[in-house]
Amino acid sequence: MQATHDQRDFQRLLNTLLDKIVALVKPGEPLNLVGIRTRGETLAQRLVPLLHDRGITEIGFGALDITLYRDDLSEIGPRPLVRPTVLDFDIDRRPLILIDDVIFTGRTVRAALDALADFGRPSAVRLAVLVDRGGRELPIQPDAVALSLGELPLDQVVKVKVAERDSYDGVEIERRSSHESHE
Amino acid sequence: MASILIQNGTILDPSQQLQVKRDVLIEHGRITRVDSAIDSKGIKNVIDAAGQYVTPGLIDIHVHFREPGDEEEETIASGSACAVAGGFTTVCCMPNTKPALDNEAQIEFVLRESERVALANVLPVGAITKSREGKELAELASMFQRGAIAFSDDGVGVADSSVMRKALQYIKMFDGLIMQHCEDHQLAGGAMHAGLVSTLLGMPAIPAEAEQLMIARDVLLNRTIGCRYHVQHISSAFSVELIRRAKQDGLPVTAEVAAHHLLLTDESCRTFDTNFKMNPPLRTQADVDACIAGVVEGTIDILATDHAPHLAEEKELEFPYAPFGIIGLEPALALYIKALVTPGHIDWMKLIDMMTVKCAQIVRLPRGTLKEGSVADVTVIDPDLKWTIDKEQFVSKSRNCPFHGWDVIGRATHTIVGGKLKWRLN
Amino acid sequence: MSETRWNRKHLLGLQDLSADEIRFVLDTAHSFKEVSMRSVKKVPALRGRVVVNAFFEDSTRTRMSFSLAAQRLSADVIEFTEKGSSVSKGETLVDTARNIEAMGVDVMIVRHAAAGASELLSRSLKCSIINAGDGAHEHPTQGLLDLYTIRERFGKIEGLKVAIIGDIANSRVARSNIWGLTKMGAEVILVGPATLTPKAFASVGCRISHDLDAVIGEVDVMYMLRVQNERMKSAQFPTVREFTKLYGLTWDRFQRCKKGVFVMHPGPMNRGVEIQSDIADGESSGILKQVENGLAVRMAVLYLVSQSGKAVSADS
Repeated sequence: MQATHDQRDFQRLLNTLLDKIVALVKPGEPLNLVGIRTRGETLAQRLVPLLHDRGITEIGFGALDITLYRDDLSEIGPRPLVRPTVLDFDIDRRPLILIDDVIFTGRTVRAALDALADFGRPSAVRLAVLVDRGGRELPIQPDAVALSLGELPLDQVVKVKVAERDSYDGVEIERRSSHESHE
Repeated sequence: MASILIQNGTILDPSQQLQVKRDVLIEHGRITRVDSAIDSKGIKNVIDAAGQYVTPGLIDIHVHFREPGDEEEETIASGSACAVAGGFTTVCCMPNTKPALDNEAQIEFVLRESERVALANVLPVGAITKSREGKELAELASMFQRGAIAFSDDGVGVADSSVMRKALQYIKMFDGLIMQHCEDHQLAGGAMHAGLVSTLLGMPAIPAEAEQLMIARDVLLNRTIGCRYHVQHISSAFSVELIRRAKQDGLPVTAEVAAHHLLLTDESCRTFDTNFKMNPPLRTQADVDACIAGVVEGTIDILATDHAPHLAEEKELEFPYAPFGIIGLEPALALYIKALVTPGHIDWMKLIDMMTVKCAQIVRLPRGTLKEGSVADVTVIDPDLKWTIDKEQFVSKSRNCPFHGWDVIGRATHTIVGGKLKWRLN
Repeated sequence: MSETRWNRKHLLGLQDLSADEIRFVLDTAHSFKEVSMRSVKKVPALRGRVVVNAFFEDSTRTRMSFSLAAQRLSADVIEFTEKGSSVSKGETLVDTARNIEAMGVDVMIVRHAAAGASELLSRSLKCSIINAGDGAHEHPTQGLLDLYTIRERFGKIEGLKVAIIGDIANSRVARSNIWGLTKMGAEVILVGPATLTPKAFASVGCRISHDLDAVIGEVDVMYMLRVQNERMKSAQFPTVREFTKLYGLTWDRFQRCKKGVFVMHPGPMNRGVEIQSDIADGESSGILKQVENGLAVRMAVLYLVSQSGKAVSADS
């Protein structure tokens, strides 16, 4: 296991992501922020007060569970628990930023886009991720990235740890064990 | 007819209470000599029975061969083959065929077919009532004269008490025997034993009282008549008690029990596997224990399989709709050993007694003995042979057996009927 | 959150499920309830899968509930209804089901009059089987939606006192609820005439009472079962009138119930027989909630049992 970034680095990464997100936002425009469960949601929750500090205050917040929209449902074996999706804001005609911890094949984001389509029609959807580890299987690219790791070998797994769930912040790279699900 | 010499075996003859090493010589269809060491010179068929028991031919007075009517399930021919493969030399087949064995012609048919097939002796049991409908008496005396060994409406009991009473009177007339499937008509209709398991499964069920009611009724009806009366496939604890009391009162009652009522309980039905569906149904462990106790003390006189063949597609139905019954002739001996001898409840002499002498006595058959001069119906049994019950290897046409895969000990190795070797274990 | 996952290919009954598995289903149903509140009440989770409603016994509402649940998961739904015993039609149940399965079925929902019918099919077919009611044996989705509704109302199930009232002996709904409620830690009291409340249930932890008025003041949930006319015919109970007198939830009895009592019924109701109309329609009634939750629960169950033909493996 290789810890590439520890607690302090993590804060720097988050700030980098924040800067890039701010660059995407038009001043004075209402914004919707949707975190992809589960760690994307945690990151989005952290970003909201940071965005407030930068003067972006009108933020609708939501959490999206994409389990029911995955295209690889038949392959993931025993069903994990599906959590509710909560999008308590006006989705139509407003820009929406999807937040996730890691982007890999792009299938999670595709599922998220499908899910959003069932809820309404944002004026634009942008993607912000903490880590990009390459390995795309779909033509989907983030609009804001804090850390690019290039094309990581497929036998390696990138894990983002957040204090709210894992008791510490960090980014780790591990060799894939047989239990990992393909993200 | 070629002679047969069985050497080096231990004869087990309950009719003479004899358990001793002896050779047995069979000539012209009869046992001509039983002696310490018989010279095999000049005899073509010599069987080395070292380490094995030589017993009178085993008898099963309760089997179902589905001929006429359901020949795809079993015929007299295939059933006879099952019998000898299980070590049985004589079986009595029940009349719930289609049409029923309720007249002379049908009785004659079975006897002739048995002769033609020439394996085990198949003796027909005639129906008590016409078409087994329980309303009018069948031609009982004529059937008896023709060769019906006993009478039964098996599959059902005679529901109407006045009809039963008349049947007892009529059959007593020629000292015949009634075998009753004891099940009160109104309490019938369920698919398994009425108890904890059936309640939890929500399955329609048959209370034990259904069996007890008819036993009690028949015993009472018979008190003033005294016809020979035999209770088939006993299954419940209080049924054994009722028989016990009736015998104490000096009534001519006998009873039989099947292997499955000594080995299995209604817990087996939890998986809804219809190989555990039979009538009377599997009951509780207390009932199993009471039946075993009944065997030990002699309240239950004999063992009988109630061999009931059904095809897989007939049994592969929803549990409440599937037909009752399992086959039993081929694994019977091993299962009786497992249930009674191995745990030490009874010894071999008593086991063979319950499978030979006592059966012969109940149906008044001059068999079940190895005395010199008697008809050579002989079974050779290896009591230590280990084998696994594999229903795919059965000679029966049917495969409905819940004991598939069971590891058992004890098996017939040679079955001799009327002085001829009809079956040998390969 | 528990680490439980769902591993079962079939849902045949609640008797074999663990409390953790039941909780997992209820939690999953919670998410599916959210789907039913969106404007686009559909998710693509079962897209391309074929779900068959194989109802060999009448039922409109359960069938509709399953049908809608499957459609909300974007599955293709086939309806197959054939009343009457398969034996009388000449083709066995297994043959009929195999013929249906041959068309390419992923999940078969089976309702049948014989106990063990869905278990028989789970052994004979390759697809997933969901038991929608087999004789008097089990009706697991009903049990689950009842548990969900109780949990929704009280925030918990453990420690609650639930009375199930009426024809217990012949009720698959009662049995599934007995398993579900006892596993989740509720106290179950079975109330009904001696002919319809088998003593055997005491051995799995239920209390049995023949006097409704004696227990009415202590229960949190009054679960009323439907009175079926066939029972009168088979001498299990004299008349509807007497039944209502002894075991009906009349207005008078309702007044003597615990404050905050929750009244439930699996439907369809015999208004005025086992339950008074205004109680059924009143604030204490969870009857419509049961129906609403039934949809979410059935979506959850369909979603959970429909895995591919691959066996559950560690590698994903």
